[in-house]
Amino acid sequence: MEIPYTVTARPDTGLWNAKVGIWLFLASEVMLFGGLFSAYIFLRLDAEPGYWPHGLLNVPVGTFNTAILILSSVTVVLAWAALKMRRYARYKLYMAATIFCGILFLVVKLGYEWPQKYDHFGAYIKTSSLEKYEKYLGNKHLLAEGLPPRVEITGHLHNEEALKDPKIKEYEVALDKVYTDPDDPKMDRPHFLYVPPTDQIATIAKEDVERATMFLPTHSTYFATYFTITGLHGLHVLGGVVVFTYLFFFGGKTYRQNPEHLANRVEVAGLFWHFVDLVWIFVFPLFYLL
Amino acid sequence: MNNPPNTAPVEHETEHYAPNTHDVSKHVRGYLLVGGTLLFCTGLTVFLSYVNFGSEKANVAVAMFLAAFKAGLVAYIFMHLSAEKKLIYRVLIFTGIFVLGLFWLTYLAWYDPVSH
Repeated sequence: MEIPYTVTARPDTGLWNAKVGIWLFLASEVMLFGGLFSAYIFLRLDAEPGYWPHGLLNVPVGTFNTAILILSSVTVVLAWAALKMRRYARYKLYMAATIFCGILFLVVKLGYEWPQKYDHFGAYIKTSSLEKYEKYLGNKHLLAEGLPPRVEITGHLHNEEALKDPKIKEYEVALDKVYTDPDDPKMDRPHFLYVPPTDQIATIAKEDVERATMFLPTHSTYFATYFTITGLHGLHVLGGVVVFTYLFFFGGKTYRQNPEHLANRVEVAGLFWHFVDLVWIFVFPLFYLL
Repeated sequence: MNNPPNTAPVEHETEHYAPNTHDVSKHVRGYLLVGGTLLFCTGLTVFLSYVNFGSEKANVAVAMFLAAFKAGLVAYIFMHLSAEKKLIYRVLIFTGIFVLGLFWLTYLAWYDPVSH
């Protein structure tokens, strides 16, 4: 059975059917991500001063991934344009580039960024004990500057067994640079380049800690929303890569039967891909920069 | 008895999807230009995030303005919303209303007129 209106426009809508379908789907996607973004705004606005972390993500890596997604948006629209101009070889080239960019984005995200977070440790200090750790936190300096206080000490956890063993009473943390010289004005705002934890070890008593975890969703509402939104976004990237790979390997038959049909399929998949890029355009500044 | 729906082609809303090589090739340069603009704006967003605009709210506003501009370019040029059919615009207008309503509900949940 031949499916109607895959190439020609349906008289009453003026559009081929898949285009109406993808836009309705994207409308539902706007609501899905809209709900998550509104949750982000709600949680961030209500966060107590100092409890919405800044500078915990690797900005150069995030910038690189943003550039990769933008590049893939260009290559997918060029793949569509190549089909419209009946240049199949060029279409294959641009489509291969798009798939490569999508996979590269996921590799950077899942193979580097997320694991780097699992390996990072943070201990929220009880309000009553903040004074005891002033030499690491520098809150008097921050107060004088009118900046929110630091309530957490982060770095690399040397004695990871302390997370599970109640007999161990202290965390030994190789401090992030900001806690080695917290009164330095250069440390007031996050840095662009990622700085690995220093060799300076701080001993933090468990009795002074309100909550201590690796940088996982349980760490804070910040990381809970970060992993939820970037995880869902990553699934969308994966979905796009699967569809593009199908079109790359199995599009030839459709092209030979009716090149315009393949062009329309690529356009629909491309619309989805641009939406995924569009979501990332907001994710990047909200989580990495602000 | 109801009349059957009129499905006759509406001339100004019906596109003939015949290939138009000339038109598409004209747009390719524009796509590259938009890609370059998006990359430049990404760099600008990162740079401006390290500039102190006086308050966190001001920095958020600058970053969101740039993000909205970038998103607009993607939607308008890459997603072809610059020349789309009325039905798509109708769908998007309703989506916009609903998503704004969603954000408004969030605002209502957050806003506390007594203590704010």
